[in-house]
Amino acid sequence: MPPKKAAAKPNVSAEELLGHYREMLLIRRFEEKAGQLYGMGLIGGFCHLYIGQEAVVVGLEAAAEDGDKRITSYRDHGHMLACGMDPKGIMAELTGREGGFSKGKGGSMHMFSKEKHFYGGHGIVGAQVPLGAGLAFSDKYKGNDHVTFTYFGDGAANQGQVYETYNMAELWDLPVVFVIENNQYAMGTSVQRSTKSPSLWERGAAYGIPGEEVDGMNVLAVKEAGKRAVAHCRAGKGPYILEVKTYRYRGHSMSDPAKYRTREEVQKMRDERDPIEQIREMLLTGKHASDDDLKAIDKEIKAIVNEAAEFSKDSPEPALDELWTDIYATEIPQEA
Amino acid sequence: MATEILMPALSPTMEEGTLAKWLVKEGDTVSSGDILAEIETDKATMEFEAVDEGVVGKIVVPEGTEGVKVNEVIAILVEEGEDVPEAAAAPAARDEAPIEDTPAKAPAAVAAPAAPVADATPDWDADVEVKQTTVREALRDAMAEEMRRDEDVFLMGEEVAEYQGAYKISQGLLDEFGAKRVIDTPITEHGFAGIGVGAAFGGLKPIVEFMTFNFAMQAIDHIINSAAKTLYMSGGQMGAPMVFRGPNGAAARVGAQHSQDYAAWYMQIPGLKVVMPYSAADAKGLMKTAIRDPNPVIFLENEILYGKSFDVPVMDDFTIPFGKAKIERAGDDVTIVSFGIGMTYALAAAEKLAEDGINAEVINLRSLRPMDTATILASVRKTNRCVTVEEGWPQGSVGGYISGVIMQEAFDYLDAPVITCTGKDVPMPYAANLEKHALLTADEVVDACKQVTYR
Repeated sequence: MPPKKAAAKPNVSAEELLGHYREMLLIRRFEEKAGQLYGMGLIGGFCHLYIGQEAVVVGLEAAAEDGDKRITSYRDHGHMLACGMDPKGIMAELTGREGGFSKGKGGSMHMFSKEKHFYGGHGIVGAQVPLGAGLAFSDKYKGNDHVTFTYFGDGAANQGQVYETYNMAELWDLPVVFVIENNQYAMGTSVQRSTKSPSLWERGAAYGIPGEEVDGMNVLAVKEAGKRAVAHCRAGKGPYILEVKTYRYRGHSMSDPAKYRTREEVQKMRDERDPIEQIREMLLTGKHASDDDLKAIDKEIKAIVNEAAEFSKDSPEPALDELWTDIYATEIPQEA
Repeated sequence: MATEILMPALSPTMEEGTLAKWLVKEGDTVSSGDILAEIETDKATMEFEAVDEGVVGKIVVPEGTEGVKVNEVIAILVEEGEDVPEAAAAPAARDEAPIEDTPAKAPAAVAAPAAPVADATPDWDADVEVKQTTVREALRDAMAEEMRRDEDVFLMGEEVAEYQGAYKISQGLLDEFGAKRVIDTPITEHGFAGIGVGAAFGGLKPIVEFMTFNFAMQAIDHIINSAAKTLYMSGGQMGAPMVFRGPNGAAARVGAQHSQDYAAWYMQIPGLKVVMPYSAADAKGLMKTAIRDPNPVIFLENEILYGKSFDVPVMDDFTIPFGKAKIERAGDDVTIVSFGIGMTYALAAAEKLAEDGINAEVINLRSLRPMDTATILASVRKTNRCVTVEEGWPQGSVGGYISGVIMQEAFDYLDAPVITCTGKDVPMPYAANLEKHALLTADEVVDACKQVTYR
């Protein structure tokens, strides 16, 4: 899976590298903990982990500015952590507790944060694509220069509404970055088994939307591509497509027997392409950080995740009368 | 510090499984992500990965063991050089469930019904001037007034702008408000409904026109899953203040795919408000309320009613609240409940019944969700009989719901079973004679009323 364009080696500061390392590690440790809590029965239903794909959201968030919006599918924990939502509130939503971002009523797949401009967390494959274009529509209508990052997977890329949206987004020059997180498997069906046009970003050409393929295991390459995409949108030139080639180490959801790929394939990716290891390597060889520095960060992240897990267990279940709230609004919610 | 590795739940329903195979042995060093074991459930064999790092100090449950309960200790992980603690070395099933199972209490199914009170205040004061207006003009005037009032309101849909509306509902709006706020879309209902919902999440107040509600089936996922449920799923943080509108139900001679009444479908969804106006005054007052409502509103119009004229009050700001039915005709002998175009049959039937000395009370529901059941129940307590009228199909009908409410809350007041008059239980045929036969008739309503009044 070599990227078409060689990733540029940008000048990057130690602070930036350490920041990316920390953010990616937070997602990985958080997800491992979520998997553990699921195994203990504390998290129910569906739980889709982001392990392996960390560089995608961390790289793109590095290209975002204040006021930019983001929306994604049900594999959403990484996106929420990367945009700065509190790990405690996320984990408590996973355990269905009062302290969760949706007061326990949304769950793993349905979380939102008006404050961080995170618009979900959507459980219907592909539905977030027109919704994301609609968010971009609202910004264009109001005349600001915000951009919406609309994430979807290689599976969603075969939904008809994606192409309906491409058509209107380009027709109306909507400031939306379509991020195809191509982790190569739509549940258990590989891209090769679901389409004969496997270069997903190139489908935008039919609508006049530019785009590119990006090495999604390399956070710096993702960030650079994200900056190009955002610049295009902010300049009023309409949407842009990033097909970010990534890989999920875990199953589609927790109950995935993973018979559609070999153990060796997963192991090879972990050994050779891991996004966190790549940055770790750069930090150490570039003498930006010592082994001890990184151990200290690991410890700090572990503490944050453990605190989130404890909070998610201690937070009470929602009061029963919560069942009957938030069905109808009594006033129009104000923009954060 | 030793870490207990517990038998994992690998699906929401798994309670126990077989520990098929260990892929590590005692003394092995593992790090997070390494595969420890294969677990077999009734559905599949799955790999189980390490979360923590350490050395496998003890394998407590040997491979091949069946019926291992979720959360039972299956192995102990220790740090380099650490011993396995004594107490942890023996297998012990964990009894306590991790989450308390607190069943949610359903609301009491039957509360002692209090006497229902109907709100009979008129829609406008008697001294207000009225003007004959078509339903078409009333809808256009309502949208224009609200667009003048609020910059965030815009209209999108097929042919709404340059064509002036497929049914001329948006006549003149492009000229007044410009292409930024009156937006022609490509023919792409699923897509533009989703964009409309996203725009509402982003703080705008879209009016999404469907050329007819038949085409909204392409978009129904966004109407229900995206628009109606987001407020709840977000714990009240964000929702979709918007209107989905367009003609609904049978027109004339357009066949099965263009002739369906969706009132009962949408009425079922918590999170949606559903209205179906009959008169031009209903159309105007309800549309203005719909645009201002902070929730997604389904606004079901009717092509045959568009050209009909009614009195509309000449007022600066005329609105009708949701959940308030209107008694269009008072009577004591039988209650006829209808809405939308069904009102034409209901009122025609009431005229004919009057000739036979039967005084029907005719209730125009106007909004289906919330539904003014108080007005229905108060009337049934008086007449002791009820007939419902709608063009939609019989199974799962609006009338079926109403008759259920009456049975639960006014059973002792009924002198006859409720009769639900509906469209026939067939797809709409094209042939003129068959189509006429598939639709409801005023005579059927008359017959039903005579049946419940034993005449």
